[in-house]
Amino acid sequence: MDFSKLLTDPINEIGILLTNLLAGLGLAPGAIAVVQAIIGVVVIATFCLLLPLFLIWFERRIVARMQDRVGPNRVGWQGLLQTIADAIKLLIKEDITPIGADVLVYNAAPILSVIAVIAMWAVIPFAHNMYGVDLNVGVLYIAAVGSLGTLAIMMGGWSSNNKYALLGAFRTAAQLVSYEAPMILSMLVPVILAGTMSMTGIVNAQSQVWFIFSAPIAAALFFITSVAEVGRTPFDLLEAESEIVAGFHIEYTGMKFGMFFVAEFLHAFTVGSLTAVLFLGGWSGPFSDASPLAGVFWFMLKSFLGYFIVILMRATLPRLRIDHMLDLCWKFFTPLALASIIVTMLVDKSLTTLLPNADAWARGGILFLANVLLGWATVSLLAASARKMRLAEEGGATGAGHDAPGDGHDEHAPMDAHAPAHASQAPAH
Amino acid sequence: MTALQIIFLLTAAVTFGSALLVVTSHNLVHAALSLVVTLFGVAVLFALLDAGFLAVVQVTLYIGAIAIMIIFAIMLTRRVMMDSGPQTNTQWWAGALVALALFVALSWVLMQVPSLQALSAPGATLPTLSGDSVKALGLAFVDPNQYVIPFEVASVMLLVAFVGAIVVAGESKK
Repeated sequence: MDFSKLLTDPINEIGILLTNLLAGLGLAPGAIAVVQAIIGVVVIATFCLLLPLFLIWFERRIVARMQDRVGPNRVGWQGLLQTIADAIKLLIKEDITPIGADVLVYNAAPILSVIAVIAMWAVIPFAHNMYGVDLNVGVLYIAAVGSLGTLAIMMGGWSSNNKYALLGAFRTAAQLVSYEAPMILSMLVPVILAGTMSMTGIVNAQSQVWFIFSAPIAAALFFITSVAEVGRTPFDLLEAESEIVAGFHIEYTGMKFGMFFVAEFLHAFTVGSLTAVLFLGGWSGPFSDASPLAGVFWFMLKSFLGYFIVILMRATLPRLRIDHMLDLCWKFFTPLALASIIVTMLVDKSLTTLLPNADAWARGGILFLANVLLGWATVSLLAASARKMRLAEEGGATGAGHDAPGDGHDEHAPMDAHAPAHASQAPAH
Repeated sequence: MTALQIIFLLTAAVTFGSALLVVTSHNLVHAALSLVVTLFGVAVLFALLDAGFLAVVQVTLYIGAIAIMIIFAIMLTRRVMMDSGPQTNTQWWAGALVALALFVALSWVLMQVPSLQALSAPGATLPTLSGDSVKALGLAFVDPNQYVIPFEVASVMLLVAFVGAIVVAGESKK
């Protein structure tokens, strides 16, 4: 056995050792493949379930520091074992099922929510030869599995037989289903740039220029809409404590509540990992080709960077109101994502035909300029429409609805046209 | 029996059982959730046939969009928690007839497909596609000699549905 290989590439070396061991026991090659697949599933799922123990401590310490507190620091070194103590507490709590709850659906919902997040990790590559499976439809798979999490939250909210939980489920349908649209659209931009939907293919396409440079708008859209998919502040309307008590998980106790909690933290970290894979070059970094362990290091570093920004957003921003949130999704994110796809498609395709020999940095620079132009156009459009709304409001306050001479041919038209606009803006001031 | 056959039999049994639950369940939400399991089973069958793209599209569209919309609509309409209405109405025989006719028609169409007839011959093997199947599918959709017209017609139909929904839901202007 080669010890230097074991140090740089442990997972594959152990895999080879295991294959030889099982072959020595006299198993058929097909059976060995099945055993190895099961071991791989168990290893990835265990990693995903142990990671939140660290993530919860990490997040509590950082949020505490931002709020001028100390945070958990008593159990273990710097409080590292606090989450284990909390998990034991959750396990020995009484398991309550509310009267009138739909028992089967009520118990299945937390399990499904954890499954949906762990299943995403099947396609996320840790290093160039360390991944669960390299699907040729990896990006679509992420979108498909993500929708199961939406279903889990709706099941939990409905089956609890509680009006606040049901309100949380309704908000889920409004928020998670809406934000799926711009999220999937922004995931298409790296697919167009890489020419493949496989996660490893996308990382390989970023070996020189990361896609956050070629497609900054899509990267920002993907990150923000993914945070909305997790249901974190500023998009935590599903559980908004000050409005609907605890939303969809109000009736859950003990480890069932813990499973929703684990799913949320792991999903938030998954957002960081997906951003790292799709836009920050995944595992690529110094020495990552020589040693997969270095690749894992760079991948985790980038993932934690994304997760850190998610925590910063949670600790700084207030919750959005539900109509603002939906306006943001349908009137701003979705059109911008569509425009970003069209611009990327046109620029990338014309670069391939006009300048087939341009190097990666030149292509990235031109795509970056196209994105800057798109961003400038978006900002000026927003400024123009805001100015128009402000003028209409000022005119409406003084001129009692006669501010629009162009369509004044009908006495009722200006009133009809402006009344809803005022009604929807009034609470915002 | 190979591992593939065992997985197929398990998946088919779960799909069939949950499909039965869809029509026999007294609770509408339970029926909708059984429908989700059925659709997921069909996705697994697609994956077993190496049709990865169809499998994930099945989950994204039918579970992620359609099933969730069905469940949402059921939640909104009435108090289904205690609901246990009658299972059938007086037109159950007409529904059964239509279902049977659809089954016969689909089976007859499938029997006409030449590659399926070749498959049922003894000793036949599953055809394999060389290269990237997603790329082949994408090219087939925009190839004038293959599926560009059905693809575009389906797009126009979806666009019409979109416009119709906006017209129905939009503010009426006098």
